[in-house]
Amino acid sequence: MRARALAGFAAAGLGLSAVPFFGPPAFYESFLYLVFHWIVLAVSWNILSGYSGYFSFGHGAFFGAGMYTTATLATKAGVPFLWTLPLAALVAAVFGIALGAVVFRLPRLRGELFALLTLAVTFVLATIVLNTPIDGGPGLYLSAVPLPAIGPSPSSTFYLLGLALALATLWIAREVQRSRLGTGLFAIHDDEDVAEVLGVPTYRYKLAAFGLSCGLAGVAGGIQAMFISYVTVGETFSIAVPLNVVLMSVLGGSRHWFGPAVGAAAVTALLYAFTAGDYAVAGHAAVGLILIVVILFLPEGIFGELIGALKRRRVPAMPPIDAAGLPAPAAWPGKPEGQALLEARGLCKAFRGVQALAGVDLEVRRGEILGLVGPNGSGKSTLINVVSGHFRPDSGRILFEGRDLARLEAHRIARTGIARTYQIPRPFAHLSVLENVALPAMFGRDAQARADAEREARRWLAFTGLAAKAMSLPGELNLHQRKFLELARALASRPGLLLLDEVFSGLTHAEIDDAIRLIREIRARGATIVFVEHVIRAVMELTDRIVVLSYGRVIAEGDPRAVMREPDVVAAYLGKPRA
Amino acid sequence: MGLPSLTLLGQSLLSGLFIGALYGLLGLGLSLSWGMLRQINLAHFALAFLGAYLTYQLAGAGMDPLATLAVVVPFFFALGVLMHWLLARFSVSAFNSLLVSFGFTAIIEALIQWIWTADFRRMESAYGEVKFRVGALYVALPELLTLAMALALSLLVWAWLRHTYTGKAMRAIAEDAPIAAAFGVDVRGLSLLLSGLSAAFAGVAGLCLALSYTLAPGQIYAWLGVVFAAVMLGGLGNPLGPLVAGIVIGVSEALTMALTAPAWAPLVSFSLLIVVLLARPGRI
Repeated sequence: MRARALAGFAAAGLGLSAVPFFGPPAFYESFLYLVFHWIVLAVSWNILSGYSGYFSFGHGAFFGAGMYTTATLATKAGVPFLWTLPLAALVAAVFGIALGAVVFRLPRLRGELFALLTLAVTFVLATIVLNTPIDGGPGLYLSAVPLPAIGPSPSSTFYLLGLALALATLWIAREVQRSRLGTGLFAIHDDEDVAEVLGVPTYRYKLAAFGLSCGLAGVAGGIQAMFISYVTVGETFSIAVPLNVVLMSVLGGSRHWFGPAVGAAAVTALLYAFTAGDYAVAGHAAVGLILIVVILFLPEGIFGELIGALKRRRVPAMPPIDAAGLPAPAAWPGKPEGQALLEARGLCKAFRGVQALAGVDLEVRRGEILGLVGPNGSGKSTLINVVSGHFRPDSGRILFEGRDLARLEAHRIARTGIARTYQIPRPFAHLSVLENVALPAMFGRDAQARADAEREARRWLAFTGLAAKAMSLPGELNLHQRKFLELARALASRPGLLLLDEVFSGLTHAEIDDAIRLIREIRARGATIVFVEHVIRAVMELTDRIVVLSYGRVIAEGDPRAVMREPDVVAAYLGKPRA
Repeated sequence: MGLPSLTLLGQSLLSGLFIGALYGLLGLGLSLSWGMLRQINLAHFALAFLGAYLTYQLAGAGMDPLATLAVVVPFFFALGVLMHWLLARFSVSAFNSLLVSFGFTAIIEALIQWIWTADFRRMESAYGEVKFRVGALYVALPELLTLAMALALSLLVWAWLRHTYTGKAMRAIAEDAPIAAAFGVDVRGLSLLLSGLSAAFAGVAGLCLALSYTLAPGQIYAWLGVVFAAVMLGGLGNPLGPLVAGIVIGVSEALTMALTAPAWAPLVSFSLLIVVLLARPGRI
């Protein structure tokens, strides 16, 4: 696959780089340079914004950082033009990573907020450049900077530089999309919290994608500075860059590396037609109008819709597979059953004065099925959220295999071998069922390669009876199937400890029987299970031990039948009898 | 660098107060539509500038700048209603409303450039000349008008939301629109009303822009960062928030400019915003 793509890229590169040697008019070369320029900007923007859904409106700032780096170094420090380009990339990338390191730390940073912050940064940077000696007002002239003769003429040199950078950017975007980084970014797009809990290092991945994206924009800026040979703040940090880039990606389709390139070519040609006819202003308006129309009518973009149509027509045939080859999950050799696997000591967590956990002490023993019961609001789900790292406890310790998890990030907890399901299923909406299940196998304890992860994911789908749905989107599943998808996804990371949050709620009688059988089988394979449940029948049938929570405290624990008869437990559920 | 004189400091504090009022006025409609309708209307700035240019045009034809409000406000109200109708018709998400209004911004900017060109325009009016002297400090009438309008509109909206039946219904919509609808609140009608009001406030802000500033299409974006910072600092949907936060930002900027160099002023709002977001994440 990669070899064929590489050959394709090489052929395109060779073919297109021959163009200047046929002596086309400089005017065509310049137009094509502009197409390449916008391809680089749109495709690089897409690496963070399209894949992960964090739309940056600040691409102009990083482009501008590259532009001013090249302009400053080439004019004031006499650095040869080509040498300024890596530095332009570096400056833009460092600037982007520094910004990302601040804003991605903001708790609950939503897409809208990120868009506005990055837009604001553009104008902050513009003002600083304008009012400091970097520019100071009059702009920088690069006309005296020597241009290396790469092609037969200056315009063909720019053409070749643009072509090389565009191909490199496309290749990087393609590789990212197919790598773990890309998989993680697409998961972040759909549900960042779940991605983190399944083991995706979301913070680092966003930073890496942002750095790459900004660095490539920086190089494009460096070349553009030389191309226009006169750099001003007003032209550089204008709204045109983010506006066009967003439009190009949304128009072409932002879920595929090649989509933005299609959009870039289309929009550049359109803008060029308007400019050539002296209607530059109308072109600006047309870009705005198309953006509105595309958002309202073509949310997947042109290229996205095309790919979607193709995919629907061609569902790849897959050889049948069954659950037989499944690895024994998480056998912890040499450690006897019955010892503590997870211990919580004095766990506390409050939400604005509501004490959800008020000092929980709890022990989960290796190989057991522990039922966690209690009335609504007693802290069961909070406990799961704290153990899986979604919330940090205010105080207390969580020892897993002797290691304290209380201060670990959620993705690190996932890698120690803890997996969870959600009461209301939270699948990644734009990933197929198969991809949903393969993801935790790629990011879990064993960090498997994609092909292995997919093979194992298909086995888990067979195990949970979802094999026929592997290529469907989660939206096409019914509730029962979505609950089992949650289960398959949790199992695929081969967890040592499985936290199940109300898997049975909303299921019919027959479906509950199905689920009980599955959970028995999972335990037989060696996993330890904690499950939160209201369906008392399932609790009684499955659990070895239960723990009862009420108002954030453990009020009883032990044998299910005995515990459920204790007066305190009865009172917690039904209230105290009147004397 | 020595400390600036007391008079200079006082004058810059005062100008910070006045520019803060304009931030607040520009932010008012933005905050309401974001906080209550979940629509992030980037086009609010373009609308304000369109209002400013209209005021400029009408004043040039001999109208009193304040009288132009009689034309601009109803027109903008209708524009706001129309825009909300479009967004509601396609049930556009908060994030996509940002993109759609980005598109509207580009269209309005092009329209302005087409009609009034990219040249700088300055409205000549009798108001611009009037200055009051308070002790050693000067206060210009347009700035005073801006402060008065920002205060009046913010307080009016606050009172409306707090003390009238429709205002309370509006707050219920902000909390949870489907539930409000289930209890008999006219979500559609009230949303159209609020969207119209937001746009009308942009028109008023446009008048204040035209009174105090030189206009150019590119200036639309100059206000964006600071005003959004004021909106977010003030708390979304809080009618007094943008004004209070705007004045805090304006005064801090003025102090920064007086004590360091003008180049660092834009950093003020941005850093304030980041600090508040880090310290009080629940605010947005």
